[in-house]
Amino acid sequence: MLPFSYQSVRDVGSAIAEAGEAKEIPPTAAPSQFIAGGTNMSDYMRLGVNRPSHLVDINCIEDRSLKTIEIGDPDIHVGALVRMSEVEDHPEINRRCPMLAESLKLAASRQIRNMASLGGNVLQRTRCEYFREISWPCNKRNPGSGCAAIEGFNRQHAVLGTSDSCIATYHGDFAQALIALDASVDISGQSGKRRIRFAELHRQPGDRPDIETTLRSGEIITAIVVNVPAWAARSRYLKIRDRQSYAFALASIAVAINLDGDIVRDARIGLGGLATVPWRAKAVEEALRNKPLTEESASIAAQAAFVDARPRQHNAFKIELGKQTLVRALLEAREMRI
Amino acid sequence: MAGTITSATAISVGAASKEEKARLAAASTQSTVPVKMKINGQPYQFSVDPRTSLLDLLRDHAGLTGTKKGCDHGQCGACTVLTDGKRTLSCMSFAAMNDGRKITTIEGLSSADGHLHPMQQAFIDHDAFQCGYCTPGQILSAVACVHEGHASNEADIREYMSGNICRCAAYPNILAAVKQARDEMEKL
Repeated sequence: MLPFSYQSVRDVGSAIAEAGEAKEIPPTAAPSQFIAGGTNMSDYMRLGVNRPSHLVDINCIEDRSLKTIEIGDPDIHVGALVRMSEVEDHPEINRRCPMLAESLKLAASRQIRNMASLGGNVLQRTRCEYFREISWPCNKRNPGSGCAAIEGFNRQHAVLGTSDSCIATYHGDFAQALIALDASVDISGQSGKRRIRFAELHRQPGDRPDIETTLRSGEIITAIVVNVPAWAARSRYLKIRDRQSYAFALASIAVAINLDGDIVRDARIGLGGLATVPWRAKAVEEALRNKPLTEESASIAAQAAFVDARPRQHNAFKIELGKQTLVRALLEAREMRI
Repeated sequence: MAGTITSATAISVGAASKEEKARLAAASTQSTVPVKMKINGQPYQFSVDPRTSLLDLLRDHAGLTGTKKGCDHGQCGACTVLTDGKRTLSCMSFAAMNDGRKITTIEGLSSADGHLHPMQQAFIDHDAFQCGYCTPGQILSAVACVHEGHASNEADIREYMSGNICRCAAYPNILAAVKQARDEMEKL
């Protein structure tokens, strides 16, 4: 691992000052970077993918709002330093919005969930093997060098939101539940505080896959705010993997439905393992609205998610897998007793 | 589009040279970080290179080699320890980030008189290992699994122990050991 210097900070202001600003450089390439749980960061530093020369440890920030879950109605406020396992275990979140807790329970391992902060979790970087191994060309890691995945072994790769520069999957689970609920993110930086929609946090790769988010270098996520409608008690997270546990999704679905008898009044759907960024399937939500929810109607609606899908040599199976996972998730949510 | 890629490359090169300067400057001003922690109840004080993982600190600086290095990438669970009572992966945490924390390793699990923890005894009783390399991590993970309340049935134990890989595939015996130790730990 390349050498770096280390500084622990006690408040958000010091974190921002310590990190400084690196104009024109995406946060993931900045010389000074934040570390919280470290589960993604330490791995990518060891692999030589991420090469900060200075780490700002934000774990000891004393501001309680970064470390607590506040259950309001309808807003749930989750501090950015809350660990994955804390939301996973939270009884009220499990009751009011099971998919938020389930998306975490089915992610990584309990050891990692005890460590990883939620602010860091949503910013986790792709597991694309060509990104992880620095001897391959990769437009995300080394802009302009090309993409080895497009013509390579791309079974795990995205079919939605891809470009000719990058097809790396966004592998996070929690983010799919957040985008489905149109959550918001609080951000602090040298130019002050701002709140953005979670849907505006991640950037599709386009011709600059190295710019992964709309965060500026030196900015820090302080909280995630989720507006949870009462009907989100009927929600679940379904994750399909190569093995039953401790693996990234081939396809996963975050789904919440508002049922009036058997008629869908509203639906929120996030797709994991299939796209380059957290992905909301709005066309499917529209197709389901004000219709009875049956296997047939779900199958027809699920087609809408993949109209623009762009399969490659080894990942075309993900389109059918994604549709079937979506139908199963909808039908399982329908059967939930709430 | 070609222009964009060129400018991206230029930014990257610029960042690298700045990065290198900062790295050199940092290396000259800070070579080690002081870290205090309690390991298995004993106070320790270290001065470490910031790159040192908690795992390497335990093995190479504290001389506690019971914690194993399997993949060093958070994929196998062999390096599992308890940090302030919660199971974590010591390979994925920099030692400096653990200043002031209490760490429990496999060496700290038995009582002072050498009496084995119920989980250690259960692993022996059920022959829950073959080569034994994953065992310290399995045992610490299993202790936490019981304390968390995630060992009430076999499905939960399998799910919540999935972060500990056993390449000898002693899984049925590990499952039996966790169940036995759970019942004994609940009596304590």
